[in-house]
Amino acid sequence: MERNPMRRQLAVMRQSLFDQGYLDEQFVQLEELQDDANPNFVEEVVTLYYRDSARLILNVEQALERKPFDFNKLDGYMHQFKGSSSSIGAKKVKAESTLFREYCKSGNGEGCMRTFQQLKKEYATLRKKLEAYFQLARQAGPMETACHPK
Amino acid sequence: MNSSSGKGSMSTASSSAAWKAGDAVPEQFPAGLRVLVVDDDQTCLMILEKMLRTCLYEVTKCNRAEIALSMLRENKNGFDIVISDVHMPDMDGFKLLEHIGLEMDLPVIMMSADDGKHVVMKGVTHGACDYLIKPVRMEALKNIWQHVVRKWKDEWKDFEQSGSVEEGDRQQKQSEDADYSSSANEGNWKSSKKRKDDEDEAEERDDTSTLKKPRVVWSVELHQQFVAAVNQLGIDKAVPKKILELMNVPGLTRENVASHLQKYRLYLKRLSGVSQHQSNPNNSFISPEEAAFGPLSSLNGLDLQTLAATGQLPAQSLATLQAAGLGRSTAKSSIPMPLVDQRNIFSFENPKLRFGEGQQQHMNNNKQINLFHGIPTTMEPKQLASLHHTAQSIGNINMQVTSHGAQSFQNNSLLMPMAQPQSRGQVLNNSTVGHAPTLPSSMGQPILSNGVAVNVSPRNGIPENIRAPGYNPVSQTSSILNFPMNTASELPGNSFTLGSTPGISGLTSKGAFQEDVNSEMKGLGEFLSSYDTFNDLNQHKPQNWEIQYVGMTYDASQHSNSLQDNLDLMQSVLVQQGFSSGQVNGQNRSAAVVRKAMFSAGDSTEHVNAQNVNQHLNSLVENTIRVKSERVADASAANLFPNHFGQEDLMSALLKQEGILPAENEFDFDGYSMDDIQE
Repeated sequence: MERNPMRRQLAVMRQSLFDQGYLDEQFVQLEELQDDANPNFVEEVVTLYYRDSARLILNVEQALERKPFDFNKLDGYMHQFKGSSSSIGAKKVKAESTLFREYCKSGNGEGCMRTFQQLKKEYATLRKKLEAYFQLARQAGPMETACHPK
Repeated sequence: MNSSSGKGSMSTASSSAAWKAGDAVPEQFPAGLRVLVVDDDQTCLMILEKMLRTCLYEVTKCNRAEIALSMLRENKNGFDIVISDVHMPDMDGFKLLEHIGLEMDLPVIMMSADDGKHVVMKGVTHGACDYLIKPVRMEALKNIWQHVVRKWKDEWKDFEQSGSVEEGDRQQKQSEDADYSSSANEGNWKSSKKRKDDEDEAEERDDTSTLKKPRVVWSVELHQQFVAAVNQLGIDKAVPKKILELMNVPGLTRENVASHLQKYRLYLKRLSGVSQHQSNPNNSFISPEEAAFGPLSSLNGLDLQTLAATGQLPAQSLATLQAAGLGRSTAKSSIPMPLVDQRNIFSFENPKLRFGEGQQQHMNNNKQINLFHGIPTTMEPKQLASLHHTAQSIGNINMQVTSHGAQSFQNNSLLMPMAQPQSRGQVLNNSTVGHAPTLPSSMGQPILSNGVAVNVSPRNGIPENIRAPGYNPVSQTSSILNFPMNTASELPGNSFTLGSTPGISGLTSKGAFQEDVNSEMKGLGEFLSSYDTFNDLNQHKPQNWEIQYVGMTYDASQHSNSLQDNLDLMQSVLVQQGFSSGQVNGQNRSAAVVRKAMFSAGDSTEHVNAQNVNQHLNSLVENTIRVKSERVADASAANLFPNHFGQEDLMSALLKQEGILPAENEFDFDGYSMDDIQE
């Protein structure tokens, strides 16, 4: 049990991220990699992710403005986006990107656009939550060892 | 890895890794493994790097394929393994994979978020040693060192083999011995790469599959010389070196003698176990000359057993041997060394198969027992694999077999059924000779292939004929395989050396097994065919088997003679042939086993369709229950040999039997209650 109330709060927040499906097991892998040598590893990785993913989203956005859609290209971007998202455990975002790719493969432009909007929303939500989480983490002090989502 | 000679030699003089220096993998290994990670995704790259660092590997990351390639080119020995993403903007991951494979021959692991089958397949065909799906977990990375070691091992094995094999295909490869000596360094990568490819294709790590080493065929004369030498020295004092000296046969190596000795010992042991029925098996063995049935059995038994044990004696040979035993004909010749390989099959797992074990190593070196040297092992592995799955129990043994060489596996399978619960591990089914490995899986029990030992003889404890535990036709599907071996005398518990083990338990998977059998059959058929050619068996033609088998079956039903003699013979024969399946009680397993055996043996003849076989087997199996193994054994053995014997080796005979088995259900085997096999 966390002694520090802030830590407890942090734990609760963390757990809800898992429970609500924003994060999956992969995130725990990242947490496990964090150690004294890299005390902020998770945050660093996630920051890197924001950078990469922001760029990709922009690419997709621009590609969707050109008609007709270049599905191959779109699929390529999304493939990369999916890869990054999955490596940090961004579950919902990953699901949306998978869906987007399905539409690309079937040449469904409408589906792509709709899914993309949804994807952007999920991405924004995740980002907000994680930022709050890390902020609290910094305030709470060094994190405990990662525990698996229940 | 191997020679501790230190790096030297090889061309590649790897420098950096201290552990590269010849010597077995250094203690701290895999720490320090030098990994190059290539991925255009920075996030992934960072995570991978951290993960690999946590595994204590030395990591170099690179986000551009071109840069990675130049890094590798500059420092060929600078890395041990490469991990690369599939989709990269500047160069396709597969392209990079090809380059690395060609230029540096390093193991490359592909990774991607894409888990589609075709992509993974592409990785395989392009030569990737593994394929990871993103997101990559730590666990997946922890074991990547195995790919590095595997490469070394292959090279090393080649190296070793060149030393021990009389003439091996691999010799050429091994001519780079120097290279090998230094722990599988890059220098060996080429060969290892080649091997890796082979492996990839063969699905087997063992290189034996492609290695065709000439096997020493233990002809009757040679065996007699051997026995004479052993007797002269005294069975206790007979060491391979001295035997070799006494025999004074050019071209024969100590290893050959050693493995043969092992089998022989096993055979003797078996005989002594069964000796309740026969008093002179051992003696007989000693004087193989005697055409007497007794001697024959013993001889056969011996051969078979040893062979079986060593896995060397393919079912066919075994049969032939038996036949030879009787008629003293050429049967002996059939026992090619390959049996030894088989041995591996048998030996593994089964402690009983002692002989096998020791040999295993030997065999392994030989690249897997391939009973059928040169026989497409690839075939086996797959089949074995399938079997493997099915037969959990046997799995161990069988599995081994498979690994050893599909061939052996086959034997195992056959033997398995017979393998008594004890699965002495004996003869794993040499006799069955490599019948489809599938059997083994089902059999679960690595029935002794040694064929000889494998008496199907129900003696094991079953008052009725072949009930012998070893025989386990019942439970062990492998019984078929094993039976031949054990039946004869081993009844008591292990007669079957096959291990009456539950090999049959493997049968449980029977269902699967059967399927496997079918597929295996095919494989076996081919295998057997190849085996024939390969082995020096007298032209062991699959047809022969059938004939033999027929004879056997026929006899079986008819006679119930002196169980002992016949039984032994029969057992071995049966076992080998898979005849045991008949003995093995009708259990399906046996059927399966038989089927397998049949397949192997019969395939060539194409008579035995897997389906048919199965059916036959089934019926056979059922019949077997009724038939007294002893009887059958007698009949078969006796009859069998006289007919065919002259021509084929025992193994062939055995094989035939197997093949034939399904076809003829003539004998009614009593007894083994196959039910057990069902487990």
